[in-house]
Amino acid sequence: MTDAPASVQVNGLVKRYDEAVALDGVSLAVEPGELFGVIGPDGAGKSTLFRILVTVILPDAGAASVDGLDVVDDYLEIRRRVGYMPGRFSLYPDLTVRENLEFFASVFGTSVEAEYDVIAPIYSQIEPFDDRRAGALSGGMKQKLALSCALVHRPRVLILDEPTTGVDAVSRAEFWDMLGELKRGGLTTLVSTPYMDEAARCDRIALLQTGRLLRAPDTPEAVARSFRAPLVRVRATGERAALLGTLRALDGVARAEVFGEWVHVTGAGEDAGALALRMQRALEGQGWSEVVAEPVAPSVEDVFMALMSDPDPTAEVNHG
Amino acid sequence: MADRGPTIPREEAAVWAQDLTRTFGSFIAVDHITFAVAQGEVFGFLGANGAGKTTAIKMLTGLLAPSGGTAHTAGYDVAEQPDEVKRRIGYMSQRFALYDDLTVKENVRFYGGVYGLTDRQIAERMAAMLARLGFERMARERVGRLPLGWKQKLDFSVALLHEPEVVFLDEPTGGVDPVTRRQFWELIYAAAQGGTTVFVTTHYMDEAEYCDRVSIMVAGTIAALGTPAELKAQFAAASIDEVFLRLARPVEEAASS
Repeated sequence: MTDAPASVQVNGLVKRYDEAVALDGVSLAVEPGELFGVIGPDGAGKSTLFRILVTVILPDAGAASVDGLDVVDDYLEIRRRVGYMPGRFSLYPDLTVRENLEFFASVFGTSVEAEYDVIAPIYSQIEPFDDRRAGALSGGMKQKLALSCALVHRPRVLILDEPTTGVDAVSRAEFWDMLGELKRGGLTTLVSTPYMDEAARCDRIALLQTGRLLRAPDTPEAVARSFRAPLVRVRATGERAALLGTLRALDGVARAEVFGEWVHVTGAGEDAGALALRMQRALEGQGWSEVVAEPVAPSVEDVFMALMSDPDPTAEVNHG
Repeated sequence: MADRGPTIPREEAAVWAQDLTRTFGSFIAVDHITFAVAQGEVFGFLGANGAGKTTAIKMLTGLLAPSGGTAHTAGYDVAEQPDEVKRRIGYMSQRFALYDDLTVKENVRFYGGVYGLTDRQIAERMAAMLARLGFERMARERVGRLPLGWKQKLDFSVALLHEPEVVFLDEPTGGVDPVTRRQFWELIYAAAQGGTTVFVTTHYMDEAEYCDRVSIMVAGTIAALGTPAELKAQFAAASIDEVFLRLARPVEEAASS
């Protein structure tokens, strides 16, 4: 472990499907014990990146290693060392909870009993349903079973592709609690998600869009802080579409986007306090009532949206 | 909230349900739900997986007969006149209804035909739709080649082609980037401003805040209903996400056993 500087190392990875470029020179490193998030929408390249790391597909260019092993040369050994949860439910629906678990254990030459301690934190929650067919489980319980199956051979690196997509907010919150627990046990985890609010649960995050990182990976707090422009949140009584239209037509408004019950307004060339005051007066002057305009701390989602239209030049990487 | 019946009279409501119930054997999927959606409203229909949302939507769209209670959608009884209901609603599911191998134009023409529009109506509405979406240059592109966000916008617009009174959207924004997700919601606002009632499910709790009113289903019942501001006040919560977690969390195991 001491001679392995990173659990996952990705350098200038490129993957094309026919003429479509799925990965366009992605580089990142995941430190041992880290909970690392790859945040991006469908089509960003998340699944392609993960499939290369778990040695299911080959890169066209660049290099990657997992637990110090090369994804091309050492693919058989990597498969023993990674736990992988693909985006789609991949268990056997006609087998019971217990049978699925025993199957995955036996594939890796071990048994549920021998590995019980590693899966216990998650498996114990579904153990009362041991005899139920996997296909008859609720979404949240399927996730717990899939995670148990991915852990049963004691992987050194866990790779989870969109484990929370299409899952309700309750199950999502529970799933992240489980990942936090695994992290406390020292496991290295690489997880992808399209939900920007899940970034806060990661140690560090990479923002991926159309095969490229929008900026260098960093902590969610540092990513959020990197938002340079003045940012103000606004609300007022009335039609939201009309409010957006009004705000976008005001001078010095670079962008106005809905954020929950608020509209986030990005300005330029003035501080957030001045922008807020100006928005307040402008809206009230146009007859809007109950106007609230105040500076707000940027979120990862603010940064993602800003970078989508104006990528960070420091995110450029050499295409190896 | 009145216990007797929906707060909006049946004649004025776009969706109206009283004691709507559906059982599967001994399992009660939807348990006497009573609520109404006003015309032109953006109504968020939330609930955990397995809470009964899909079953309720199937009944409200005339696809599944209720076991009990009454529901009217777009002015027609869903049990008595399901075909009238289907003619007057639009529906966008999580799976694309559009044909990947047809072009944008061919898809629009096909669905226009399905809904009985004349060639002239189809041509006019297609031109307006493509201009609104900024898709003119993509009209001859095969749909399968479009980015996900474009497909979703097109799918939504096709669901509105026959100018339905109510459009049902089942998790319409799954997986798209944050900018495209917001553009999609701006299409929703525009449709609602034009008088179309929008009935939408989502797992993005920030999107629940964009709705005029939201309901939260828990174990087959409507556990909360109101404007986002009312619900947050009622549960002393900072966000709808918090309201949702508080209501839905205790039933996770019950719903799955």
